[in-house]
Amino acid sequence: MSEVQRQRVKLLYFAWVREKIGRSAEEIELPQGVATVADVVGWLKTRGPQFDEAFARPELIRAALDKVHVKANAPIASAREIAFFPPVTGG
Amino acid sequence: MAVRVQSEDFDIAAEAQTLIGERTDVGAIVTFTGRVRADEGRIAAMALEHYPGMTEAELARIEAEAHARWPLQASLIIHRVGELAPGDNIVLVITASAHRQAAFEAAGFLMDYLKTRAPLWKKETEASGESTWVEASHGDERAVRRWT
Repeated sequence: MSEVQRQRVKLLYFAWVREKIGRSAEEIELPQGVATVADVVGWLKTRGPQFDEAFARPELIRAALDKVHVKANAPIASAREIAFFPPVTGG
Repeated sequence: MAVRVQSEDFDIAAEAQTLIGERTDVGAIVTFTGRVRADEGRIAAMALEHYPGMTEAELARIEAEAHARWPLQASLIIHRVGELAPGDNIVLVITASAHRQAAFEAAGFLMDYLKTRAPLWKKETEASGESTWVEASHGDERAVRRWT
C-alpha cells in the first residue's frame, strides 16, 4: 500500500447545502480510508462548523457520483465528481 | 425524444408543432404545463436552481424509461431555471402516441419521476421578502411509487 496516489475529486453543493457551506464547488484530495459517500460526509463534517451544519440531518442529504444518483453506502471508486444536495423539488 | 433546460419561456403550441409536424401516425398528443402559483398572493417570486449536466442526463434517463414502458412516437421535456414570477411557466411535458392512453399515462409518469429525480430546487420569495427553500413533498414520493 505504499505510494498510493490520493484521489482528487470535484465536490459540488446545491440549494441550501451550498448556502450553508458557503461555496458551490471545490477540488479536494480525499484522505486515505474515505471509501463511500457516507465516508465523504463524515470527513467533510470534520472540516468546520459550516459543514457540520450542512450535514446535520443526513436523512435530508442526497448524493450523486458523476451525475448519477447514489445511496450513502455507494463506493466512490474512480468517480471524478461528487455532488451533495437536498431532496429535489422541481416540476 | 428531447430534453431542454433553459431560462427562456416556451410556447406550448409551437413546441407541439415542431415535435409532431405533419406526421399522420400520431393520434394523441398530451401536453402538461406546470406554472408558478401565487398561493393567494403569498409568493412574490420563485428561483429554480439546477445541477447543469445532471439535470439533462436525468431527464433523458426518465424519458428513455417512458419510451420503454409505452409506445410513444415522440416526447419533449422542457424545464425552466432561474428567476420566475407567479403565472410563469416552469415545465412542459409533451407525449405523442397512436392512442390516448399511452400519451396520458406517459405524461403522468414523466412528471412524477421528474419531480422526484431531476436535480432541481425551488426557492420561494414571499411578499414580505423572506426566501425559503421548498421542502420535498411526501405526496410526490407517493405519486412516483404508483409506477413501480
